[in-house]
Amino acid sequence: MVSVAGYGVVFSLALIFIFLFIEVVPLLRNASLGTTVSYQNPGSEAPNLYIASERYQEAAVRFAEDGSVVFFNPTDGRLLQDHTVNLGDGNVVSSASGEPRTRLVAYGLDNGRAAVVRHEYDLTYPDDVRLVTPRLSLPLDADTVEIDPQGSPLNVIAVQEGGTGIAVGAATADGRLLLTRYTSRRSFLTGETEFVRSSYELPPPPAAPTRILIDITMRILLVGDAQGFLHYYDISNPAQAQLRDSVRVMQDDAASVTAMEYLLGTVSVIVGGSDGSVAQYFLVRDEDNIGRITRIREFRQHPGMITAIFPEFGRKGFLVGDAAGNLGLHYGTSASTLFIKQVSDQPIVNVALTPRNDGVLWTDGTGQIHYASLWNRHPESSFSALWNKVWYEGRSAPDYVWQSSSATDEFEPKFSLVPLSVGTLKAAFYAMLFAMPLAIFGAIYTAYFMSPKMRGLVKPTIEVMEALPTVILGFLAGLWMAPFIESHLPAAFSIFVLLPLFMLLTAFAWSKAPGALRHLIPAGWEAAILIPVVLFTGWLCVTMSPLVEIWFFDGSMRQWFTDVGITYDQRNAMVVGIAMGFAVIPTIFSIAEDAVFNVPKHLTQGSLALGATPWQTVVGVVILTASPGIFSAVMIGFGRAVGETMIVLMATGNSPVVNFNIFEGMRTLSANIAVEMPEAAVGGSHYRLLFLAALVLFGFTFILNTIAEVVRQRLRAKYSSL
Amino acid sequence: MKQWFKSGDPWIWLIGGAVSISVIMVVGLLLLIGVRGLGHFWQPPIVQTTFHDQGQQEVVLGSIRQVETVTAQTVREAGFEVPEDQDLVTRYLFHLGNRDLTGRDFQWFIGDFLDEFEYPESAIMLERREWGNFFGHLVSIKEDGEVVAEGEAAFSELQSRLRRSNDLMGETVRIERYDIGRINRAIEMERLEQRRIELNDSLSSEERAQRIAQSEAEVARLNQEYQVLFDELQELRSVARRDALVARTSDGREVTIVLADVVRATRANTMSIGQKVQEYGARFWAFMTGYPREANTEGGIFPAIFGTVMMVFIMSIVVTPFGVLAAIYLREYAKQGPVTRIVRISVNNLAGVPSIVFGVFGLGFFVYFLGGNIDALFYPERLPAPTFGSPGLIWASLTLALLTLPVVIVSTEEGLTRIPKAMREGSLALGATKAETLWKVIVPVSTPAMMTGLILAVARAAGEVAPLMLVGVVKLAPNLPVDGQFPFVHLERRIMHLGFHIYDVGFQSPNAEAARPLVYATALVLVGLILILNLSAIAIRNRLRERYKSAGD
Repeated sequence: MVSVAGYGVVFSLALIFIFLFIEVVPLLRNASLGTTVSYQNPGSEAPNLYIASERYQEAAVRFAEDGSVVFFNPTDGRLLQDHTVNLGDGNVVSSASGEPRTRLVAYGLDNGRAAVVRHEYDLTYPDDVRLVTPRLSLPLDADTVEIDPQGSPLNVIAVQEGGTGIAVGAATADGRLLLTRYTSRRSFLTGETEFVRSSYELPPPPAAPTRILIDITMRILLVGDAQGFLHYYDISNPAQAQLRDSVRVMQDDAASVTAMEYLLGTVSVIVGGSDGSVAQYFLVRDEDNIGRITRIREFRQHPGMITAIFPEFGRKGFLVGDAAGNLGLHYGTSASTLFIKQVSDQPIVNVALTPRNDGVLWTDGTGQIHYASLWNRHPESSFSALWNKVWYEGRSAPDYVWQSSSATDEFEPKFSLVPLSVGTLKAAFYAMLFAMPLAIFGAIYTAYFMSPKMRGLVKPTIEVMEALPTVILGFLAGLWMAPFIESHLPAAFSIFVLLPLFMLLTAFAWSKAPGALRHLIPAGWEAAILIPVVLFTGWLCVTMSPLVEIWFFDGSMRQWFTDVGITYDQRNAMVVGIAMGFAVIPTIFSIAEDAVFNVPKHLTQGSLALGATPWQTVVGVVILTASPGIFSAVMIGFGRAVGETMIVLMATGNSPVVNFNIFEGMRTLSANIAVEMPEAAVGGSHYRLLFLAALVLFGFTFILNTIAEVVRQRLRAKYSSL
Repeated sequence: MKQWFKSGDPWIWLIGGAVSISVIMVVGLLLLIGVRGLGHFWQPPIVQTTFHDQGQQEVVLGSIRQVETVTAQTVREAGFEVPEDQDLVTRYLFHLGNRDLTGRDFQWFIGDFLDEFEYPESAIMLERREWGNFFGHLVSIKEDGEVVAEGEAAFSELQSRLRRSNDLMGETVRIERYDIGRINRAIEMERLEQRRIELNDSLSSEERAQRIAQSEAEVARLNQEYQVLFDELQELRSVARRDALVARTSDGREVTIVLADVVRATRANTMSIGQKVQEYGARFWAFMTGYPREANTEGGIFPAIFGTVMMVFIMSIVVTPFGVLAAIYLREYAKQGPVTRIVRISVNNLAGVPSIVFGVFGLGFFVYFLGGNIDALFYPERLPAPTFGSPGLIWASLTLALLTLPVVIVSTEEGLTRIPKAMREGSLALGATKAETLWKVIVPVSTPAMMTGLILAVARAAGEVAPLMLVGVVKLAPNLPVDGQFPFVHLERRIMHLGFHIYDVGFQSPNAEAARPLVYATALVLVGLILILNLSAIAIRNRLRERYKSAGD
């Protein structure tokens, strides 16, 4: 029973570690495919143009070349519904899809017309059981719509739906580039949505297009061509659309763009080439504020020509199929290739991901559809995504950023641990800078010079200091000290200079004071004599502060900082350093005091007997002997500063910046956990990354504490042997 | 001089100064909290003066919150014209109140532009249930729209009628909080009962229908009961709104304020010291026992005190046996060797792990893992709404028990170490077995040491906030964790906590300036609690040391 309690302590500690670790492990797990299920194309025999699945994997859809649209169960190939799109007298020559979540598919016909359809799924719960009913709808209220009035075949087509309506882009057989926009407008009278059609002809591209993409803001149109170039058209004003930029996106001279798809949010475009290369591009604004197509990162090369790309739903990953029969899963932000796996000896034709990114569908030349389940929960985390500079969408350069969430679905989470780690070290550094001298000097004085009577007063004071809740320190630092320092900046600086100076002056005056006065207060009470001196200095600095500002800083030091170009946050590292230093002082003080106090008396007495002054004894004997103890005190204090949460949370602006500027704030690992943990979705990458942060804190303090403990145990052994 | 430096004396003074600075910081901090926290309840005089700026005049009425001296430059940057030759400016922060009328609760005024301060006797300050304080001059008292008192008599009339409306409002709160709350919970229980019946496969369909009909009837009866209470409440409310007061604001407007909206009224400038002390006591009492109002920025902190105490209490029940047994194991039972070394290192590490890590662990393990499984096993009818699977009192207590475990162990072990050898040997010599010696002699004697450990653990737990933010503390808990409803102690409920209250009100509240004194007062309560606990622990420990020093000799 009693031993159970003893082991229970070890068990608790181990449990914390193991549990944190278990929560983190899935981050390290690689994506994997389940077993493959294959079945013949349900419905029509015609080759597939496009496949997609519904959220619950109860229905999937294939769009075939003959205009038939077949809904089937993706896991066993059972046919659910068979539709045929009325294509009139046209034949399908091209097809394209919008962003997967729009569920839009467009056919380009050989008579200059296009058909736009949407596959939809109705969810009902008869008898509390989920029932998915697929259906096909015509978002433009027409079987086919006219794209090219001249009736030329639409060799390449693109479709996209944005907030304002639907856009269809097309390249005709005779080399023209067309854009047709259907702007939805709600009729005031009937309340029905109607479409206003407007069509434009864009400047023709230099070479034959192979793929066209339109983004959801309807401002950018990208064209990939057979010569391996990517062209950027600014279509924010479609009537005056211009070709803004053309960039060769293939490294290999002979390669052409064979597949091209937007990632979620239609900012990044993934370009696949005939040489099997896969690379990510997006527009980066240059000095003239013009977007330039910029190569952001490349992924592991596929062995064969890239034939199909399918972006992930809700994340920045994508699935790639190549002509050598490989499926490749890649993730944009972390620049990682999760796997490239041979699944067929035929070229892959179509690939699709399920909306929860938990299943994969693909087709090859065999007239079969293949399905496999997919485990890919945490592609966002890789070593380089956490610790290296990453070029995020919409930024002008790679950077360290921590920004875990945002209001929009298309948001790219930015999980760089660098700002948080730097913030943690910065806070701890300034805290130690403030605490170490005070605590160590104070400890040496208290243990060696102070009279026992005063020691009996000082030690409980320090214990009270240790007991003060950090929420109180943080609150005072944030609401009282930060504004106070901001309005008394000269005082904050002058006090660091004036305090030691005035102390030395007092000491000198005391040494010259008449003996009667000096005998009134015995040795060992220096600290008590200094209390009024410290108080006076503090008062003097605060009172003189406005005057100093007037004399040297044109009346406002805060303004002076801005003029000189120093960023100054009200809640900054200096405030944190003082407040957290306050919290750390008692920890360091008590351990260091203990180490100094227990230095064997015969060592010091020997030193004094040999004629050394008390100060020489302290420097030469006491500090030297007790240095391991002081070291472990500093270690433990540092551990405490690293893990402290409330003070940092309240006394900084919590902005994740990467610098060591004393006048700016920071965001630490611990404060970040406190802020974001309640909002993180359980089991998600963000949640697990916060566990990782906790594990890092745990590991770090574990190492510090164990070192400190071992050092102390050895010191104790040394003392007892002396 | 050189000689003096060589002697090393100046350095001794310097390192002595480090102690002075530390001591001053501690004492200064305690004084700051003490003065500001206690000052919150003191009624300051109400100042009336006139503010002139560029030909415009404005009568200012309110109490002065803060006075400071700043450089003229800062003021000029803020857009005020201060004479060129003037370097320093005194400015006053006025609490003007009347947030609903003017939108400015607090405002800085520059001393140079203010007339002489007057302290009008007719000025009153009202603490209201909504919109913060009101400052003005009392004109008359009305009952159902008829003036019943005016001038000098108005104030005493106001006080007696205020007592009546406060009593009535107290009654409405009682009905809302307890009676209606009870009915709502009973209806919720019936809903869960119905769900349970549906989930119960062993029932036949007739039986099921019959039981559900029974439950439906019960719900209908409860709804009826609710309607009665609701009518009663409406009636009470309208009765409470009978009286009103008319007051003139500083800009001359006459405002009618219903007494039901007023908590207390003071005529600060006519109060004697005795009255002020009395008022101080009343406010302090209301603060300690009242419920928060206006997004926690006004009213009392009783739920936070209660929540803190409950959490610490449950934590003590868990941590004391565990910690004490572990200490006994370390000191008395186990053979000193590698195992005890590992246990010791674990204890030290547990003490050094950042508190937020305990919070993360508590959230993942206690709340989601343990709580989630408890819900799945025992409360299937409530799913997907979590019962124990969401942060709550029990998980907060368990997390803190883990956090404070080393405190109890270290302190108990120290107590066990100090027990004189003679005592042990005496017991053994008299023929007691080892176990008898341990449980009958050593453990009783070391009880004060265990007490010390427990007190220190309680003090630590009371001040800890970071882990609690994750495992069970909320800014506003509608119900206390203990009430008259079965099973009386609701371990799954979320609680309010003093430390979190400080964080929340100080940093998350919309009107931070108005809430600041309240934060100081809350901080004072928390610091006071922790100081008392710590000082008593220190006192017990010192007495113990003294006792065994003599016994050991």
